[in-house]
Amino acid sequence: MEVFLLQIFNGLSISSILLLVALGLAITFGLMKVINMAHGELIMIGAYSTYLTQNLFHDYLPKSMFDWYFVLAVPVSFVIAFLFGLILEMSLIRFLYGRPLDSLLATWGVGLVLQQLARSIFGAPNVAVTSPAWLNGGLKIMDGTLLPYKRIFIIALVIACLVAMYFYIYRSHEGRRMRAVMQNRDMASCLGVSTRRVDAMTFAIGSGIAGIAGCALTLLGPIGPSLGTYYIVDAFMVVVLGGVGKLVGTVLGATGIGMFNTLFEYWTNASLGKVLVFVCIVAFLQWKPMGLVAMRSRSLD
Amino acid sequence: MKKRMFYQFSVLLVAVTIVLAGCGANDNKTASTNGETDKATNTANSGASTEGEIKVGILHSQSGTMAISEVSVIDAEMMAIDEINAAGGVLGKKIVPVLEDGASDWPTFAEKARKLISEDKVATVFGGWTSASRKAMKPVFEELNGLLWYPVQYEGLESSPNIFYTGATTNQQIVPSVSWLLENRGKKFYLLGSDYVFPRTANLVIKEQLKAEGGELVGEEYTPLGHTDYSTLISKIKQAKPDVVYNTLNGDSNVAFFKQLKDAGITAKDLTTLSVSVAEEEIRGIGVDVLEGHLAAWNYYQTTDTPANKTFVENYKKKFGDERVTADPIEAGYTAVYLWAAAVEKAGSVEVDKVKEAAKELEWDAPEGKVKIDGATQHIYKTVRIGEVQADGQFKELWNSGEAVKPDPYLKGYEWAASIQPTE
Repeated sequence: MEVFLLQIFNGLSISSILLLVALGLAITFGLMKVINMAHGELIMIGAYSTYLTQNLFHDYLPKSMFDWYFVLAVPVSFVIAFLFGLILEMSLIRFLYGRPLDSLLATWGVGLVLQQLARSIFGAPNVAVTSPAWLNGGLKIMDGTLLPYKRIFIIALVIACLVAMYFYIYRSHEGRRMRAVMQNRDMASCLGVSTRRVDAMTFAIGSGIAGIAGCALTLLGPIGPSLGTYYIVDAFMVVVLGGVGKLVGTVLGATGIGMFNTLFEYWTNASLGKVLVFVCIVAFLQWKPMGLVAMRSRSLD
Repeated sequence: MKKRMFYQFSVLLVAVTIVLAGCGANDNKTASTNGETDKATNTANSGASTEGEIKVGILHSQSGTMAISEVSVIDAEMMAIDEINAAGGVLGKKIVPVLEDGASDWPTFAEKARKLISEDKVATVFGGWTSASRKAMKPVFEELNGLLWYPVQYEGLESSPNIFYTGATTNQQIVPSVSWLLENRGKKFYLLGSDYVFPRTANLVIKEQLKAEGGELVGEEYTPLGHTDYSTLISKIKQAKPDVVYNTLNGDSNVAFFKQLKDAGITAKDLTTLSVSVAEEEIRGIGVDVLEGHLAAWNYYQTTDTPANKTFVENYKKKFGDERVTADPIEAGYTAVYLWAAAVEKAGSVEVDKVKEAAKELEWDAPEGKVKIDGATQHIYKTVRIGEVQADGQFKELWNSGEAVKPDPYLKGYEWAASIQPTE
């Protein structure tokens, strides 16, 4: 019983991590159709931003303040990844809209450059981020069932990101412009929307969310130059399975993959579990090539 | 129509990404392209005359996944060469290193080894880390009658006439540590490893040993290289209730495993874990707060108390910075250079066959203590040490074998190991 409960929670936790990793991509790939292979490296930038924030707190602020570095690290990671995304969009992606193959190769190259850059600046070995004391330990619901605060925190963080994104995309003026441009670029442009600015902002926001994902991942995993490569496949998987272009789809995709992965891994082992999940996804996409939630639109293409 | 193509393309893309990521995890082909930048530092000496000079090759990964570990070994080997040169060189000649980048890509290792032997005509090569890179280079050295010094602990069951192994084989690390754990920490073992050659071979040995020495296997799990979520695995460990988790995970997975183990409320007090791939260098990347109290088995720690080690650590820090740490493979690389130099002095020549002959039973005071080359297997006698991670990120030695253990790569001295066959 307790193992069953714990596994449900683990499944939820993995889903939340997958969702956080994929949310940024749901914007850049899902909405903008840019195959952004550097997404993983934007996550890595978020992780290193957290590392830097931690070091600054450690060096310049009194010890009692140290535990609060993480609260600041979340927005810092967002801002730094946001800026990287903005620069990337303005200097490269902008010229590659509508050319998926070129953007695939270019962003792949950017990813490699960023990895090597991290290796030169921070060194090849992993760096350590000490998680704040208030995230250590966990919630004990019964004997032998301890829900780690870190995983609960990540679930809360992802919900917060989702809510913020929902309000931004569906309830704000910028969001309306964004949806207008993504749905019908020419028409939006005719009506006076500056598509260039909207593109740049959208891409940068997607990148910023990748930065938040990187920040959260420092709690659970390694922080090194190749960090991004571990998550990029999962991120694309979630977005493609969920259905490109729909936020709800991304949420469902992440939950599905996370839950099934945990289940299969528990029944078999880690390697086989992953294979089974991929088999299921491939089979599902054969049946519904558009993914879980297909976007209906009137645009002619 | 365009839309449909886009979707088909996305599915194709995911497939391609999986394949690429697979390569990245296993041998990081992608990173090999990064290696180009490092070439500038290489082969600067190829044109130099051999009068008064002896060329040696250094072949490790300077780029790709394995660069994390191998770069420090290069530093140690270069330091040994500098020290020997400062003391007058070998046979009155200066040693000139020729650096090549194996780029974490096994075929590249073989190709670069061939280049070093046939084109640069180096006297010997120091290099390799993963077993896969060694297995790739082995036929080249055997074909061209070259000489390779391999500095890392490995899974045993090998002994090439053209390779000297200065890292531990199984009976100098894994076998004694399992015996120690059975005696001191309990009988129920859970084997956890990354899914590739070394952990699987090592666990083959451990399982036989457990059967023979009265241990009990309560679980065995492998995770893909680069696996980052251990929550389910930790649930399984909790259910199996082992006394000991024997950890052969490699690389970044160690970070995820130990962080998540701590989050699940399991500390070193509740569960003994012993790792064979976590050394001082790795501790820094995982975080001391997470690792404190966990165990590792090696032949050398930075804290190992010998006079030779004091000077070694001091010089290493002086040369590369105070924040750097030494570790087992770093020491083994350093030792390899000195052993080769001593053998050359004794042989009075750099010819491979004469050096091999002279190296037999050669002794040297290494930082880890006195080591001796075993003529029959070309491995070295090493002292086994079990250490516990302390709050300062260093190891405290809990146990050592007292004397240097004779290498036995095929485990011929153990009856229970009779059924274990070399895997080629």
